[in-house]
Amino acid sequence: MAATKKIITDPLSDNNPITIQVLGICSALAVTVQMETAFVMACALTAVITSSNLIISLLRNHIPSRIRMIVEVSVIASLVVIVDQVLRAFLFELSRQLSIFVGLIITNCIVMGRAEAFAIQNPPGKSLLDGLGNALGYSVILLLVASGREILGAGTWYGMRVLPEAYMGNGLAVLAPGAFLILGIIIWVQRTVTNNFKDD
Amino acid sequence: MHYISLAVETIFINNIVLAYFLGMCSFLACSKKVETSFGLGMAVICVLTLTVPFNWVIENYFLREGALAWTGVAALAALDLSFLNLICFIAVIASTVQLVEMVLDKYFPRLYTSLGIFLPLITVNCAILGGSLFMVERNYTLSESAVYGFSSGFGFALAIVSLSAVRKKIRYSQIPAGLQGLGMTMILTGLMSMAFMCFAGIDL
Repeated sequence: MAATKKIITDPLSDNNPITIQVLGICSALAVTVQMETAFVMACALTAVITSSNLIISLLRNHIPSRIRMIVEVSVIASLVVIVDQVLRAFLFELSRQLSIFVGLIITNCIVMGRAEAFAIQNPPGKSLLDGLGNALGYSVILLLVASGREILGAGTWYGMRVLPEAYMGNGLAVLAPGAFLILGIIIWVQRTVTNNFKDD
Repeated sequence: MHYISLAVETIFINNIVLAYFLGMCSFLACSKKVETSFGLGMAVICVLTLTVPFNWVIENYFLREGALAWTGVAALAALDLSFLNLICFIAVIASTVQLVEMVLDKYFPRLYTSLGIFLPLITVNCAILGGSLFMVERNYTLSESAVYGFSSGFGFALAIVSLSAVRKKIRYSQIPAGLQGLGMTMILTGLMSMAFMCFAGIDL
């Protein structure tokens, strides 16, 4: 039981995919201008990573190890196509704003990394939990960066006003440099709090 | 002139790493030494220059709505296969990388050994897939997409080589423990991205 719990809680802080393992940074920065896009992206990634872990783990005894990369990529790519079509059908405006970044889940290192490092050698139940845990760890950071950027950039949070009307909005937080700086500070805080000074 | 302006815009203003955050993983992981980052940069230029125009052909002659009209079959001409583009692009990229690897191994063995592990890893670099997806989204023509592919690769190489040079300089600096490594690199990238933003507004 404790081991199962660890699979889920470990990626949340001690082994966070973004701040500690340094995977999947691209999308973490690109879709975090507003909470709304970040939230949809987090859901999309959770769906892809849990189901890809489950499917690859179910197939793990049938995949020849020489071609496992190709099999993994094709499983992930098909799942992403499904997610992309669903988003286009039900949330067209948001999928416009996310533009190419839904498609780029295919090359998101977290999905591939979990398939390769965990799902290929563990039973389906555990792999599902591992996928869920890593997706949650990713989502937490994504939502934190998005909160920081939306509050500083526009004075709103999920479209609701949190800072007084007089706040002009800081253009830098909306642009690319703001994303890098905020993520840098989050990494600093997180590593100091958890005492994880990994030198990479 | 149009092509020069497209190239300048792609390299400096809309730099694929510093403005669109593509290829961040390898950007952060391989920028410790100038030599490795230079090798990776060259490999990215090669692969992007080849895959973007190639994917343009696939998109415009096979996948887009009405793209199969050249076959002359009415049923095929009405087909819209654009939902397949993600899978097709990643397959094209994987096979192009394999092909480049084989050609380099045969004709330029020295370059091949210096690129080493980076070539196969490029398949999962989001800058490559991102380049092709942007090409579709922005409706480039074939020659535009070739220019776009080369210059976004060049932008990537420029960014990663300069980051590795900066990281080399700060190796002996006193940085707070929690900020060492990734944290500081993130903030450096932020500062570099600010510097690149100063090019915005240049109009050729």
